[in-house]
Amino acid sequence: MEESQDHILNEVTGGEYKYGFITDIETETIPKGLNEDVVRLISAKKKEPDFMLEFRLKAYRHWLTMKMPQWAHLTIPEIRYQDIIYYAAPRQQVGPKSLEEVDPELLRTFDRLGIPLEEQKMLSGVAVDAVMDSISVKTTFRETLAELGIVFCSMSEAIREYPELVKKYLGTVVPYTDNYFASLNSAVFSDGSFCYIPKGVRCPMELSTYFRINAANTGQFERTLLVAEDDSYVSYLEGCTAPMRDENQLHAAVVEIIALENAEVKYSTVQNWYPGDRNGKGGIYNFVTKRGICKGDNSKISWTQVETGSAITWKYPSCILRGNNTIGEFYSVAVTNNYQQADTGTKMIHIGKNSRSTIISKGISAGHGQNSFRSLVKVVKSADKVRNFTQCDSMLMGDKCGAHTFPYIEVENESAVIEHEATTSRIGEDQIFYCNQRGIDTENAVGLIINGYAREVLNKLPMEFAVEAQKLLAISLEGSVG
Amino acid sequence: MDESALSLELKRDLISLFRQNTGALETNSGRILNLYRERAFHDFDKLGIPSTKNEAYRYTPLEKYFQGNYDVELNANPFKIDVGSVFKCDVPELDTDVVLVLNGFFHSGNKTGQLSGGVIVCGLNEASVRFPDIFHKHYSHYADSEADGLVALNTLFAQDGVFVYIPPNTVMEKPLQIINLSHSLKNLRITRRNLIVAEENAVANIVVCDHTLCNQRYLANSLTEIFAGENARISFDRLQNENNLSTQINHVFIHQLQNSLFNGTSISLHGGLIRNNFYARQDGPNCETNLNGLFLCDDKQHVANYVLVDHASPHGTSNQLFKGILDNDATGSFNGKILVRKDAQKIQAYQKNNNLLLSSAARMNTKPHLEIYADDVKCSHGATVGQLDNEALFYLRSRGIGEKEARFLLMYAFANEIVSRISVPILKERIIELVDKRLRGELSKCNNCDIRCG
Repeated sequence: MEESQDHILNEVTGGEYKYGFITDIETETIPKGLNEDVVRLISAKKKEPDFMLEFRLKAYRHWLTMKMPQWAHLTIPEIRYQDIIYYAAPRQQVGPKSLEEVDPELLRTFDRLGIPLEEQKMLSGVAVDAVMDSISVKTTFRETLAELGIVFCSMSEAIREYPELVKKYLGTVVPYTDNYFASLNSAVFSDGSFCYIPKGVRCPMELSTYFRINAANTGQFERTLLVAEDDSYVSYLEGCTAPMRDENQLHAAVVEIIALENAEVKYSTVQNWYPGDRNGKGGIYNFVTKRGICKGDNSKISWTQVETGSAITWKYPSCILRGNNTIGEFYSVAVTNNYQQADTGTKMIHIGKNSRSTIISKGISAGHGQNSFRSLVKVVKSADKVRNFTQCDSMLMGDKCGAHTFPYIEVENESAVIEHEATTSRIGEDQIFYCNQRGIDTENAVGLIINGYAREVLNKLPMEFAVEAQKLLAISLEGSVG
Repeated sequence: MDESALSLELKRDLISLFRQNTGALETNSGRILNLYRERAFHDFDKLGIPSTKNEAYRYTPLEKYFQGNYDVELNANPFKIDVGSVFKCDVPELDTDVVLVLNGFFHSGNKTGQLSGGVIVCGLNEASVRFPDIFHKHYSHYADSEADGLVALNTLFAQDGVFVYIPPNTVMEKPLQIINLSHSLKNLRITRRNLIVAEENAVANIVVCDHTLCNQRYLANSLTEIFAGENARISFDRLQNENNLSTQINHVFIHQLQNSLFNGTSISLHGGLIRNNFYARQDGPNCETNLNGLFLCDDKQHVANYVLVDHASPHGTSNQLFKGILDNDATGSFNGKILVRKDAQKIQAYQKNNNLLLSSAARMNTKPHLEIYADDVKCSHGATVGQLDNEALFYLRSRGIGEKEARFLLMYAFANEIVSRISVPILKERIIELVDKRLRGELSKCNNCDIRCG
């Protein structure tokens, strides 16, 4: 039992992946540690305009006055901020030359996830230019997007090429003073994605960080800014289902979304960072600030996330519903297995009249995992006729894990209708027995039941993501029951 | 611990108040009560008055209620009260054994001693001298002064209150009614401390009524420790109807052994600030805990309910149902927590909080909260904030019922879910009448009454 659990875990996380993803040939790094000079250096190396340097410095100075927050239901080992290297130039990779050289275990995981061959190559670090035609895919994509006036590029590029847009929107949703990790990110962010959808444009394809090669190495302090002008639509995909390893332990990203009048933004995340080994050693700390603002009337922001990785996940993708008739949605599946911890959820701040929000959260805890759901639904006095529906379900697998919910509901307007419901339960022996009776073995039965349980959220994912995410859930939890 | 300048100042004042009166407090109190003061002092010194930065008090701004000058009584007030004449209308006069507690002191006019079946009801201070064994076993064992500065503050100043002891295999014949009265010509700070011990197989019905006799500002910090032995069944109902200048903080600590049952209902009608803290711990298998609360508030009232049900043993059941109706500038909060400890399997725990907002200035904050460390459990919680259903209103009006009456009917039905759970039948009837009056806004207008509740 233990052994098979081990085996599966290794498989999923690429645990003892002996081939190694990355061999550095030339990395331009600066000494570890953080001070004002480092912030200046980062800005200078990236050839940023003055306003960016100012922004970073203000953020850094503010960060110095802050203390790391302690309120989360997480046990976080001490983070030594002076031991982190805050700048490393995009690294050149030398990977295996073809798929034959890649660890067969990893390939098997890819197969089970149903990842297309070309992507498999890319993900396993097979030298891209040798085999990939995704470059051409990428170029075609870029051309189509450019025709429509959509800007989709790295943050550094955007800062250089569209400084006025960046200046106008950066830090307006997540100000540099927002929280400890957002300040740190604002001071030292390395790169990220920038996306601008002009007025009246409906983005014809799902924008995915997959296809932006330069997004692959954005490092630990990622900064994403997404602006949707009036009447526009975009669906944005972040992350991927394949197991990702990273040497950096602390990830403090910031995502900002601005939706203007009648705009709609759909943001989907699948996160499967290295969760640490079976005993909870190692693994990524994923402390992310994600927030969107429905600035114009009738706009809509929808967050969908599937969180299966990271040793510690700490994030609350939120919506500020400022315009009238705006809609905020949050759909989440969070899995914690072994010694993983998650404290995740959302905030819905209702400011506009007739604004509506839906929160659906499905937590799954197994092994020694601790899974917390935390949400805030706030209705300010001016927000008439607000509607909110929240449902958070937790499922427990094994007697050593924990599931917790911390919903906050603050209502200052009498016309609001707020509903919250939550349940906690486990997979019933009778359900598994029922499946066994019909010739479905326990592993598959668990997968089946979990997928049924998380269906409401998985359905919200874009098609190809949804299929992979389903399999990912089943794999992540194999060996947890039985 | 985050402390504001104000809370530091309040803490300093209270500590110096204690220092000035340590001598009097200790001479007036039994030895066992004094035993716990030192630890409480340290805990209070550490914790102070909880500010809104304290997660449990996030929505209850207590500090401002602690400001201002309050008198403290260190001796029992000799004021004579005739229950019959003072309460002509509103206080439920039931077929019960009645004891009065005046300004925190067990009233000298009470009949004390043993009730039928060997049930003991007397003043806490007296009991601490007469029954040291029981006190050593239970007093201050369930109220954790490390967890809350106000609990420490209560233990620090505790002098008197009610002591109830139900011996093994005893069924109390009549419900016991404890009437807490506040009467003073000046603003008064009151500390009440009760201890209720129900031994195995005991059955007890206890009703607590909180009332004020004059329109002064009162600041009451009450604490009740309840022990339910094996198979014991306790019902503990509380009616809070004080003037709207008063501040009432209640802590109820319930400790249950196996197969015991605890039913608690609190009905909050009037009171400036009412804070009810319930802490129930199930320390043996097969326990059942039911906690219900109803609060009807208007003007600038603030009613806060905090509940922690701690499932420390397997096979337990718990239900929480709290409902509130808020009008005018009233604010309310509900903070409920279900904790299922490791290895406490086969738990069923439910929690529900429904609120009606009737005016644009009324505010409600709610935080239903689950913390679960065992897997074989069924837990759920639900919370809603909303208004009266327009369609239901229309339905009633289309049948010739006036709008005011229709609204009343709907509110009454909303409140009735709680009232119907009160276990003492006569009390239930009486409370139905009171809630009826309260919802019609007539409770504060009784002409033939000495009290002005509103």
